[in-house]
Amino acid sequence: MFEAILITIATAATPLLLASMGELVVERSGVLNLGVEGMMIMGAVTGFGVAAMTGSAWLGVFAAAIVGTLFSLLFGFLTLTLVTNQVATGLSLTLLGLGLSSMIGESFVGRAGVRLGALDIPYLTEIPYIGRLIFGQDPLCYISLLLTAGVSWFLFRTRAGLTLRSVGDNHSSAHALGIPVIRIRYLAVMFGGACAGLAGAYLSLVYVPQWVENMTAGRGWIALALVVFASWRPWRVLAGAYLFGAVTIGQLHAQALGYGIPPQLLSSLPYLATIIVLVLISRNRRLTMMNTPASLGRPFVPDR
Amino acid sequence: MKRILAALAASAVLAVPGAALAQDKVKACFVYVGPKTDGGWTEAHDKGRLFVEEQLGDKVETAFVENVAEGPDAQRAIERFARADCDIVFTTSFGFMDATLAVAKRFPDVKFEHATGYKTAENMATYNSRFYEGRYIQGVIAGHMSEKGEAGYVASFPIPEVVMGINAFMLGAQSVNPDFKLKVVWANTWHDAAREADAAKALIDQGVDIITQHTDSTAPVQVAAERGIKAFGQASDMIAFGPETQLTAIVDTWGAYYVKRIQAVIDGTWEPGAIWEGLKEGILTMAPYTNMPDDVKATAEETEAKIKSGELHPFTGPVNRQDGTPWLAEGEVADDATLLGMNFYVEGIDDKLPN
Amino acid sequence: MRIELVKRPQQSVLFSVLSPFIALALTLIAGALLFLLLGKDPVNTLYVFFIEPLRETWSLHELAVKAAPLILIAIGLSVCFLSNNWNIGAEGQFIIGAMAGSILPVMFPDFQSWIVLPLMLLMGIAGGAAYAAVPAVLKVRFNTNEILTSLMLVYVAQLFLDWMVRGPWRNPEGFNFPETRSFHEYAILPEIWSASGRAHWGFIFGLVAALALWFMMTKTLRGFEIKVLGQSPRAGRFAGFSQGRIVFFAFLLSGALAGLAGLSEVSGAIGQLRPVISPGYGFTAIIVAFLGRLNPLGVVAAGLVLALTYLGGEAAQISVGLSDKVVRVFQGMILFFVLAGDTFIHYRIRFVSAPAAAAGEASRANV
Repeated sequence: MFEAILITIATAATPLLLASMGELVVERSGVLNLGVEGMMIMGAVTGFGVAAMTGSAWLGVFAAAIVGTLFSLLFGFLTLTLVTNQVATGLSLTLLGLGLSSMIGESFVGRAGVRLGALDIPYLTEIPYIGRLIFGQDPLCYISLLLTAGVSWFLFRTRAGLTLRSVGDNHSSAHALGIPVIRIRYLAVMFGGACAGLAGAYLSLVYVPQWVENMTAGRGWIALALVVFASWRPWRVLAGAYLFGAVTIGQLHAQALGYGIPPQLLSSLPYLATIIVLVLISRNRRLTMMNTPASLGRPFVPDR
Repeated sequence: MKRILAALAASAVLAVPGAALAQDKVKACFVYVGPKTDGGWTEAHDKGRLFVEEQLGDKVETAFVENVAEGPDAQRAIERFARADCDIVFTTSFGFMDATLAVAKRFPDVKFEHATGYKTAENMATYNSRFYEGRYIQGVIAGHMSEKGEAGYVASFPIPEVVMGINAFMLGAQSVNPDFKLKVVWANTWHDAAREADAAKALIDQGVDIITQHTDSTAPVQVAAERGIKAFGQASDMIAFGPETQLTAIVDTWGAYYVKRIQAVIDGTWEPGAIWEGLKEGILTMAPYTNMPDDVKATAEETEAKIKSGELHPFTGPVNRQDGTPWLAEGEVADDATLLGMNFYVEGIDDKLPN
Repeated sequence: MRIELVKRPQQSVLFSVLSPFIALALTLIAGALLFLLLGKDPVNTLYVFFIEPLRETWSLHELAVKAAPLILIAIGLSVCFLSNNWNIGAEGQFIIGAMAGSILPVMFPDFQSWIVLPLMLLMGIAGGAAYAAVPAVLKVRFNTNEILTSLMLVYVAQLFLDWMVRGPWRNPEGFNFPETRSFHEYAILPEIWSASGRAHWGFIFGLVAALALWFMMTKTLRGFEIKVLGQSPRAGRFAGFSQGRIVFFAFLLSGALAGLAGLSEVSGAIGQLRPVISPGYGFTAIIVAFLGRLNPLGVVAAGLVLALTYLGGEAAQISVGLSDKVVRVFQGMILFFVLAGDTFIHYRIRFVSAPAAAAGEASRANV
């Protein structure tokens, strides 16, 4: 049973991890995109639709990432090229995404979808206790872990990552050094869109292979919280996502065991925990300053 | 009809009694709390609306608004309908109750019907479905089908309707297996597919071998199918999501009721009141009994027939409350008021009711 | 070719007047195309959407009911945002304000006197402000990011309301349904002109607050302080302004107004507490604040326009059969056009081909 619980925790954590990893890169470049929920739901409806039409879950995943990217470009064009306010634009993107996805998905309701199959390696997956946990997850779960390692390596071990962080920390001096601030931010926003699209596809192709209106149900917002919870560090995002997954699943098990705790109290625990962790990590000013992208949310227009 | 009359009278009178000119179209309007394609509650009502159009054809015209938030938005939507020449307005969420009443008072010539509430007026009826009858049948099936004698219940919120359903299911199961166990998980949502799936997985991981739900999405049925566990559908036939595992489903068939009530408006025989119909009247039906042995199927059908004929009422004593104190004496049948306000479990349920 | 923005030396007066009209024109064109694509008569649909709700008195009242919470919240937020404090938890402050004010009619239903309503209003304001003080304290004391803490507190507030209404505050005569007892007559916020519709005093509160804050921002030292600290904290510090004090001021003000909005909504429009009392007003108000260009008077206009799209969307569902999904997409489009349109106030747009841009840069470098 323990293994089964861990597997469900991984399932609950993966979409959060995917979406927050994308948002982490976006925020590291100094852009705050509050439209994660909107991009995610677009990914979910695209993933379901394409997979159902072609019969291939992988095509669905691929299409979801593309649509997530395209949708994020809308945000990019407005905030980066037209310098609109990022908070308002992000919120509007979420509203648009929720509306557009339900319009597109109207005919998908009530249809069983295509499931992205889990990994099955002969012998390895059959190892008792740990086999399914380590070798029997769905492919996107592994991809999300690789993504974490990749983003961490990119941000802190490569020159391009350094450039991206410098854009997020101080876009004016980055610009003075000849770094194409806007272009880099566009790329970061697109990466964030692709990741959010994948996270959406995970919901409609792995988590519950069906299309339901508003099926993200606030997970995009949780992904946003996780990025800050993790103080913009990839491995901490991973830890945060799994912690959140564990609390969510754990409270359901506590209930099934017959502990009569008010469900509202249990449901609010993750949010209270996030606030406490936020307070704890931000008490150390120096440490926070080191990690927080200083230009987060600030518009940039090349000043000549 | 109304326009003609208004023109004739050249007055500001907006509405006239619906029975005045029977050959004219009656306009029936529906206010939905969710999207009409939610695959659950609202979709069932919208199917009812379409059924009305199909059955009454030229005699009726329908309109609807979907995704209406409870509160001030609901009152506005209802009033808009009252002003838009609707003869009868159906408001299909408990949270629309006070809004419906407020508008009903101001538009005495329009008829209103509010689903699942308890406030009525001269021109406002309430209607509800005895879902617990279906849940009792499910319980009987679960009592036969569960090898471990333990079922899992994915519940939404601890309101009387849901508590009543849990109790009915348990009484049905206990009628077969007195030691039956029931685990309850409150998902705290009506419609969050992923969360409902998590709840179903948690129950299955805890060892139950039958899943039933009182939330709206098809996720629990789908999860059960993946794990090879039997499950019951909710609100609509969810067999597509568990072709080899769905045992049956409670199907909301509001259409039969809507046709009857709108016909009454056409005939001029509409009366207000608190209407609570069940399997007998056809406001709910059971999806085909599938994936079970023939004898269980026969038992289920027999139970259904007994409920329809009135021979069996699911809440018939002796029944004790969860703490062992007696609730219904031998042969005593629970009255509707107690059922509609139910806030306690019957004996044997392995959960503490929140609040 | 690429698009280049050139910052105007001053805000363009022409475009601050023109940009709403440009946005409107774009909205009309895009809307007409969208409706045409869906096989609806575009002119009629646009008419139903934007004009029909304004033609009847009752509908104007409904507009005020819908706009009141949006305006009240967004006015506070606009001041808060100008001071560079990002309170995005107004939804939570709305809920806590409503709950704080409801203590009297829910827990002490026998206490019936004219004093109840004024007390409720004060308690609502205090409740919203107190809840907004949490992210402010955390920001000032621990340097915690206020966007995140205020957002998290929204969820906590929603769940707290849910629990109270389903548990301790449940109406004892309500058959265990999740709602509190209905407020008694002394706890109801009166309607402005009840003969013609149900707009309540919350709308008036919004207008008064807009005027007051407009005055504060343009005519007082406090307003100047907020703007200076918002644009450049360093310059503000040199001028001797206290950053911490402004953080508190901004949060308490926006929280108080959100709390007042919440109380007005439950006492004026709903008449009781229920598990959900807001369809996301606190978040929509953020958009309203920006549509109103963070100007209290602009916010009033923006709140009315946004409220109109809700009413129009409903009207279009009923009389044209436009799907609710299309309505939401259309609303999203309007927001984007308005946000984009405002770019022209601060910037000129040039379309330049790449070599020309390089040449331009070179020539500038020489200067």
